[in-house]
Amino acid sequence: MFALAEGAPLVDPGSADGVFSLLWLVIALPLLGAVILLVGGPLAKGRLDRNGHLIGAALPVLSFLLSLVLLFQLLGRDSNDRQVSQHLYTWFQAGGLKVGADLLYDPLSALFLLLITGVGSLIHIYSIGYMEHDPRRRRFFGYLNLFVAAMLILVLAGNYLGVFLGWEGVGLASYLLIGFWQHKHSAAAAAKKAFILNRVGDIGLSLGIGLFFTTFGTTDFTTISANAGKASEGTMTALGLLLLLAACGKSAQVPLQSWLLDAMEGPTPVSALIHAATMVTAGVYLVVRSNFVFDYAPHARTVVMIVATVTLLWGAIIGCAKDDIKKALAGSTMSQIGYMMLGAGLGIAGYPFAIFHLLTHGFFKANMFLGAGSVMHGMDDDVDMRHYGALNKAMPVTFLTFAMGYLAIIGFPLFSGFWSKDKIIEAALTQNWFVGVLAMIGAGITGFYMSRLMFMTFFTKRRWADGVHPHESPKVMTIPLMVLAALSVLGGLLLAGDWIVNFLEPVVGTAPEKSPPIPALMISLIVVLIVAVGVAAAWYLVERQDVPREAPQDVSFATKAARAELYGNEINDGLVIRPGGRLVAGLTLFDRHGVDGVVEGTALGVGGTGSILRLAQTGFVRSYALSVLAGAVLVVVALLAVNLR
Amino acid sequence: MTPYVILSAILFTIGSVGVLTRRNAIVVFMCVELMLNASNLALVAFSKQSGDLDGQVLAFFVMVVAAAEVVVGLAIIMTIFRTRRSASVDDASLLKY
Repeated sequence: MFALAEGAPLVDPGSADGVFSLLWLVIALPLLGAVILLVGGPLAKGRLDRNGHLIGAALPVLSFLLSLVLLFQLLGRDSNDRQVSQHLYTWFQAGGLKVGADLLYDPLSALFLLLITGVGSLIHIYSIGYMEHDPRRRRFFGYLNLFVAAMLILVLAGNYLGVFLGWEGVGLASYLLIGFWQHKHSAAAAAKKAFILNRVGDIGLSLGIGLFFTTFGTTDFTTISANAGKASEGTMTALGLLLLLAACGKSAQVPLQSWLLDAMEGPTPVSALIHAATMVTAGVYLVVRSNFVFDYAPHARTVVMIVATVTLLWGAIIGCAKDDIKKALAGSTMSQIGYMMLGAGLGIAGYPFAIFHLLTHGFFKANMFLGAGSVMHGMDDDVDMRHYGALNKAMPVTFLTFAMGYLAIIGFPLFSGFWSKDKIIEAALTQNWFVGVLAMIGAGITGFYMSRLMFMTFFTKRRWADGVHPHESPKVMTIPLMVLAALSVLGGLLLAGDWIVNFLEPVVGTAPEKSPPIPALMISLIVVLIVAVGVAAAWYLVERQDVPREAPQDVSFATKAARAELYGNEINDGLVIRPGGRLVAGLTLFDRHGVDGVVEGTALGVGGTGSILRLAQTGFVRSYALSVLAGAVLVVVALLAVNLR
Repeated sequence: MTPYVILSAILFTIGSVGVLTRRNAIVVFMCVELMLNASNLALVAFSKQSGDLDGQVLAFFVMVVAAAEVVVGLAIIMTIFRTRRSASVDDASLLKY
């Protein structure tokens, strides 16, 4: 099924000079913001509470401008000279082990830099309006800046340990932000759940780093990519699977997917930035960045494809039944990351399109999440779509921008999602028709659930209560929406003249020419038709009928399963939590009766013997004297016996 | 030489039998002294036989220790007698299991 890759291109960066020596500043700016707001805030005794968020919003923008300058510098270079590394200092050294704080700037990190700082800045600006009345706004912006800094470390690190630092940093920021409204029990629980499930994935990454150390003696991308061909295929497969486990945790792929829907407890800008546009795509980044591992591990790639295909259907099915607008979007995110992972699992042929879809998804999903936030803002924080309806007139800007994101995600021709999803389906069909067909079906389901969301929110009859007065959000919120909507429409331009494929070529390599079984235009047509069927089904089931304000309970098993997130939590409960609980109960029992039994038994034995022997202590001096005499006689007899023999 | 050792053994036996059988603390005490002096006699006898003074010096030590012991012992017996109106060692048997 797979041809062994002829080897990924080497990571062989030149040293940073000129503008590139400012690379560290991209990370340092948002980090500075986090320090000012989180450490300086309490020291300033409330003086930063009123205007601190402006600092928090300005620094990512500066970081974005610097990223733009860096990108243009990179574009000015020859295409095989587009890797730059900056050695900041030796992070730590132990024996022969030396880990540097190295940054690697290449086309892949350049795109991520723009996505993180660009979309990040827009979401910071949006949050100025969204979090206006929150008393802990300064802290919120501090956490957001911390997240941006950690995410930038993740994508700029020049070795896996650096990636791990960023990986844990974004995990922490995600935890803090999901649980930002910690007075809500559900938010605190969701934060914990996300953190714990991410730990499971982190086991994969830390074991993978250990295996890199033992196999290659280092975790530098440069050395590993140069020696990747020398390691045995078994090792590479193990590495690939460990990295996949890590990616599953961070990117909410089956079987570690269940945290993402609960993560919607966080404020909506957080869902847009962390749980749609950037952090959850870190797993895709990890797989694409490790292309030198996966190129030598075809079996690991197969597993990636299986996981991705399952996830893209899983998330799509969940999205079909959720009435909570954010959870429906979260299911969609899961599904779209499945597409990216599928692209990454296809190997060289799919890497550029995985990143392409990641970027367009970053635009349109951030757009829609912020749009959902805008809707919630106007609807008194109600998230139930059954209480919406006919909002297109009440919120025209939100409606129009949301519609752009909607058309992009379902793959309406010429919108960004059309190009990116199509390319992944096409590449999948080329390698494995079965996976390709499943991805096509997924596209149809996407058309259905997104149309359902769109109809229930903006069309149909109004269902909101009398006390609710939907209104358009302030400019500070709608302008980021407009920018993101424009990007959702125009994101496809990245593919013009295969630009993104050529741009990423120094990182992921050149795909061998291989045409799909049916012409590409045909595939696009079929996908559009399948999506049209999905949209029509949504129109027939939602728009044409009355949507009840309360969710009907007498529904089919399929609907119940989808509402229950395909029993993901129950599966976790049954397979891990309850057996784990029983194991703990058993161990406790063994500890109490086994270990404690031995210890307490010894004590009891000594005590018992003592209570018998102490009866010899009669208190009568003469009996003591007798035993002393008897002892003395015994010693004398023994001496005599020894001497006389 | 032998008669001295035999005398010492007899004295020691009398002393130990006295310690084991008599109840009166004063008598027990006297028997203890008897045992000490029996051992002194044996020490001196063996010292004389072996021709050096080690045993005789040791006998002096025993006497000194015995004198000190008498002081402390008699004081204890006096105190016990004052509080309990009895010098019987069997009566003073509270310190037990």
